[in-house]
Amino acid sequence: MSTFPVTLEVRSSVKPLAWAVPAALLLFALPHAIDPYQTILLAYGLVMAIAALGFNLLLGYTGLLSFGHSAYFGLGAYAVAFMVKYLHVQSLELLVLGAVVASLAVSALFGFVCVRYTRIFFSILTLALSQVLWSLAFKFFWVTGGSDGLRVPTPAVLGRLPDPAEDKILFLANAYYYYVLVLFLACVLVMWVIVNSPFGKALQAIRDNETRAEFVGIQIRRYRFVAFLVSGAFTGLAGALWVPLNGLTTPDILYWPFSGEIVFMSVLGGFRTFAGPIVGAVVFNYLKTSAVGFTVYWQALLGAILVFLVLALPAGIVGTFKHLLLWLRKRAFR
Amino acid sequence: MNLLQTTQLTKYFGNTHAVDAVDFAIGEGEVLALIGSNGAGKTSLVNLISGLLRADGGRIVFRGIDITALSVHDRIRAGIARSFQLVNLFDQLTLLDNVALSIFSREGMIGRLLSLANRYRAVWEEAFEILRQFGLETRSSLLAGGISQGERKLLDVAVAYALRPKLLFLDEPTSGVGTREKAPIMDVVSAIVRSKHITAVVIEHDMDVVFRYSDRIVAMHQGTILASGTPDEIRHNEAVTTTLIGAPDA
Repeated sequence: MSTFPVTLEVRSSVKPLAWAVPAALLLFALPHAIDPYQTILLAYGLVMAIAALGFNLLLGYTGLLSFGHSAYFGLGAYAVAFMVKYLHVQSLELLVLGAVVASLAVSALFGFVCVRYTRIFFSILTLALSQVLWSLAFKFFWVTGGSDGLRVPTPAVLGRLPDPAEDKILFLANAYYYYVLVLFLACVLVMWVIVNSPFGKALQAIRDNETRAEFVGIQIRRYRFVAFLVSGAFTGLAGALWVPLNGLTTPDILYWPFSGEIVFMSVLGGFRTFAGPIVGAVVFNYLKTSAVGFTVYWQALLGAILVFLVLALPAGIVGTFKHLLLWLRKRAFR
Repeated sequence: MNLLQTTQLTKYFGNTHAVDAVDFAIGEGEVLALIGSNGAGKTSLVNLISGLLRADGGRIVFRGIDITALSVHDRIRAGIARSFQLVNLFDQLTLLDNVALSIFSREGMIGRLLSLANRYRAVWEEAFEILRQFGLETRSSLLAGGISQGERKLLDVAVAYALRPKLLFLDEPTSGVGTREKAPIMDVVSAIVRSKHITAVVIEHDMDVVFRYSDRIVAMHQGTILASGTPDEIRHNEAVTTTLIGAPDA
């Protein structure tokens, strides 16, 4: 036994602020330094980061790989489109609220079925259920617009409708960007608290060892179900924020390759880290946009880049960065 | 009155009678060793009582309550905890986290979603104190996947102990560790169990450990109880010596 005095060291919850505060300030300042198009691209990235954060609560923290998160993203987007088209709702706050409630309802239904299974069975079930929603969006064209989708005009933000004379691009790059940014930061904060709460520790315990988790008194299915709900709500919120940016929702965002993109964002950034999915989402968004602008064979180019990145950075961008920092720190103290 | 009593407890795996109408009892404060050759039904019996397996027949009464149909969660609430033959830990969490999870669960705080775990200072202090009792405090901030097998065995028991059980099952607490490590592990575990008056059932193959640390020994063979008695009685029980131990020294 050690003769050195040993004291309790509980990890500080404030430490990550050293990274988070400068990053948030940078995100607030960026629209003043980059052009509106780049700002809108960043807004897309932040929206996808909310979806990836939600997704990673299941993959990184609970050990469940969902191949069906397009369902909740698409549901959020379609809920907004339906409310605009059929209920003539213009307030973005109401649209977001409606989308989150709809996502929660469907993730409760899907989650009830899916959390009974793990590993490949869970993944296939989530995939199959998401494809049910995709086929409904595709076939019920008199309600959903079919492959043409549904248009969504610019909504009223904080009770203020955009001036018809106002340039939509400038609106999206200013008022809407900051709206997305505030919600993004709120989502990061909430998710940070969740994964560092006793509940978050329980999810990590389930991920590491389901049998032992049960034998410390954790009710596995109940906790997985709550994680599934939170994950669905985050992804639904992302879908709701995405559709005014895009101006249109189509069944593409309910289709399985879109679920694959969400998986990829998390893996690219590093699903073993909290910030990984955020970074992965923003980087993936830029990569995809650049590839589309570069060649008509953008899928092939993107695939090649992504394969290279996964092989070169198996821990993801943030994971590799953390390893590098650790290595440098060790060298400095040698 | 017995703390735990099973009546005609039965478990089949196909045609194999893993546990065959077993009447098993343990009194409060006892440290009982469960011995038997591989396949005798020791672990199956513990799995049935702890809730990992469902019984095909019979009853389990714990502190006067029939727990046969209760879930694992409810049995833990009732006061039953266990460690595992093959160490079951949360390998990507620290030793402190591993123990703290049991405390959060025991205190009914594990479901708290919107408050930081670090705020519950008392939980972390208790977790650290438990690690100190098990001699693991210097390793508290390491990941459970990165410590030695002997330390993992101790941590496995510490995680179960943190639930403050009335009845603790220790499934081969010294298996897979070197001969020299066995006694220190059992010394620590035994001291804690006895000082806290915890009733314990130890499954063990090492007869030195069994005879040294237990008050009573139950020998199992082919799903049934072969004999029950003090270490001295078991040492001289003909059926046990013939079947399990071998002839006592002259």
